[in-house]
Amino acid sequence: MIRNWFRSLYHWAEEGEFSAAGEDQSPAEQEESSVCLDESNAWLAEVRSDEGFVPRFLSWLGTPAAAALYRDLYRVFAAVICLTVTIVLLVTVPFLPEFGNPDNPANNEVSERYIERGLEETGATNIVAGMILDYRAFDTLGESNVLFAAMCSVAILLRVDRKGKEANIPEIQVWRWDGKANIYLRHATKILIPVTMIFGIFVVLNGHLSAGGGFSGGTILGASLILLSNAFGSKRLEHYFSNTVCKWLTFAALMAYACLKSYSFFTGANHLESGISLGTPGALFSAGLILPLNLCVGCVVACTMYSFYAMFRSGGIEDGV
Amino acid sequence: MAAVQNFPFVVIMLYLTGGVVCSVLRARAAARYCLLLNAAATVLMAMTLAYTLQSGSSYIYLMGHFSAPWGNELRIGPLEALMAVCFCGVMLLTLMGGMEHIFEDCEPGKINLYFGSVSLLMSSIVAILFTNDLFTAYVFIEISSITACAVIAVNYRNGAALVATTRYMIMGLLGSGVFLIGISMLYDLTGHLLFENLGAAVRAISEDAGTLFPLTIIIGLFSVGMGIKSALFPFHTWLPCAHGNATAASSGMLSGLVLKANVFLLIKIFCRIFGLESIVSHHVPDILLVFGACAMVFGSVSALLERDLKRMLAYSSVAQIGYIYLGIGMGTKAGMEAACIQILVHAFTKPMLFCAAGGFMSVSGGSKKMDALRGAARRDPLSGAAFLVGALSMIGIPLFAGFATKLNLTLAALALHGWKTWACVAAIVLSTVLNGLYYLRAAANLCSEPEQPDPKAEPVHARYSWQFVTSMCVFIVLNLYLGICSGRFMDAIHLGLELFS
Repeated sequence: MIRNWFRSLYHWAEEGEFSAAGEDQSPAEQEESSVCLDESNAWLAEVRSDEGFVPRFLSWLGTPAAAALYRDLYRVFAAVICLTVTIVLLVTVPFLPEFGNPDNPANNEVSERYIERGLEETGATNIVAGMILDYRAFDTLGESNVLFAAMCSVAILLRVDRKGKEANIPEIQVWRWDGKANIYLRHATKILIPVTMIFGIFVVLNGHLSAGGGFSGGTILGASLILLSNAFGSKRLEHYFSNTVCKWLTFAALMAYACLKSYSFFTGANHLESGISLGTPGALFSAGLILPLNLCVGCVVACTMYSFYAMFRSGGIEDGV
Repeated sequence: MAAVQNFPFVVIMLYLTGGVVCSVLRARAAARYCLLLNAAATVLMAMTLAYTLQSGSSYIYLMGHFSAPWGNELRIGPLEALMAVCFCGVMLLTLMGGMEHIFEDCEPGKINLYFGSVSLLMSSIVAILFTNDLFTAYVFIEISSITACAVIAVNYRNGAALVATTRYMIMGLLGSGVFLIGISMLYDLTGHLLFENLGAAVRAISEDAGTLFPLTIIIGLFSVGMGIKSALFPFHTWLPCAHGNATAASSGMLSGLVLKANVFLLIKIFCRIFGLESIVSHHVPDILLVFGACAMVFGSVSALLERDLKRMLAYSSVAQIGYIYLGIGMGTKAGMEAACIQILVHAFTKPMLFCAAGGFMSVSGGSKKMDALRGAARRDPLSGAAFLVGALSMIGIPLFAGFATKLNLTLAALALHGWKTWACVAAIVLSTVLNGLYYLRAAANLCSEPEQPDPKAEPVHARYSWQFVTSMCVFIVLNLYLGICSGRFMDAIHLGLELFS
């Protein structure tokens, strides 16, 4: 099905609405993949027998000559539009403020306060962490839900449902090389994994103190999980990091994030004291909610990365519920 | 701060967490949770609307301990609250009306993810309505792009749905990419992301003649970005496939709500950042007016040529989006008000039509071709009644919701002068005639006797669930209410738009 889908997509991009999917397909395949593309042709065939200008024009539209003309026009227009947009955008650039100029409008009271009072107001030595997890935490909450939404969408496409009504679900193919990595990779992984894992955890935990944070630390953790699964096989990794664990970890992290931030939003909007101490700047347990939030973001990012890998590796994932 | 003022924030957080909660629930539980969430959101938003109408003003809600421009904030006014209550309510009714089809079309193991995506989609819509910050709007546009693709792709046993999703994804990404370029240019010029500060900064810099060109380009980028995402005429090619192949509830919520949230954001940008007079001086509305008029005519012509009921409804959405852009393109207050009422009218009507189409399909062997649907309204009278009300509303018959749009748009068009009046009136008249042609043809086809009744075949009759019956009845009543009491809605819209500037 995926093969047909790519073929129809290619034909859509190349030849536009009026061409059917490939000719070498069986009728059943064609019916499946080209419902969307072929519909106009079906009834064009009906009116083809009629006389008069409009029916004749419409039936001409179904001919290969029209499809070729359409394809050529499509290409020409695509090139022209791309060039026009590029030129217009390039022409606009000289009108914008010069890059890196200290008098630019972007260097206004907003960034000034982030830099000057960020440490005092958020307690985070890392101003960026203070900005994304305290000043503009709502945006970041949205961003972590973007990751979650992407994970859901991929799961909708790739999750294989054994309890489904249809029996002819293809078997999930185990990747040929799963668990058969060569000895170099295994030994290198044994040395690398402790280092990368600890480094990832360090980056997450120190997000409010030094460069890094949940997003970058989570990426490191996710990458080390992928490396583990490559070297020792997904079966062994699933003993302690299965899809179910991944799902519940994401759930817990996102719920914790939403609850913590809701509390902070609610108290902020109602002008209540939040009662969260900012601690001593520079200490590990400081900067209020930023440390737990970084942990949550780190979990979400690591789980998202690993589950993407796990789903795409075998082209499907067993239903976890 | 009164407790009722917290409700918009509560609703956004409920929807956001709802997406996460649904992902760990079982299918039936997720469905019930999602319905409950939408019902609660509708009630909370109705209370917010009552509060804002009573106070006659808007208020700012801080998202955190830092006031803008440093932190994030929401702005809640009568217009946003009106849109939110209508959208939440329509979402509830759409889910109820399409519930059976969701369970038929999706695989059981994915239904909970479907409801999770719907919940996230609603969170993004409500957040786009209320946000007071351009970048927050962008973040939630991202969520809506991803989840909107997911609710189409879930129906993937229909091979065409996958192609449609891919098209939709490519076009959606293009739209949000163009929008993001616009945001970064505007930020470069002004140094702000908050609507109020942006407005002040734009007013300050527009005295300098050198910024006229980049501002025009930025307005153009915003219009093109949101135009692609809301399927304005030359960018609409993704819509018929996407809405024609999704499950009934998905089609309904995509054309009823997701397109509208993007248009509403564009209205907010126009009114609150640039101001109507300034926008008119950049001549972008003139282009939107022409595109809107073209959409009204060509969308209707395409619908007339279509032999597939759901694709016909999808092309009708293209035409109806054209009405909204026609109103925006007039560049007057009256035009904006007409555009806003059209957002509501279409949100009330199109999901009802899609749910009715789902009902027809299930009594006609799952086909959505006109020939197979012949006589479907006899087998499923409730869907037939809903379809008839929806069709009359879309044509613009008095007493039905669509009449409010046609009336207000025509009045706004008559107040214009020059070529615009003639273009608008001609487009409205032509589109109304075409709407009448294809809707009445479809209604006649659905109501007529099937051609060769097979004597052996068991007559298929619709089995109604209480959810479907409630949904259709409430939709019909709402449609008549909006048609008869459109004055109330117009007053709220008028007040809300006054507070925008």
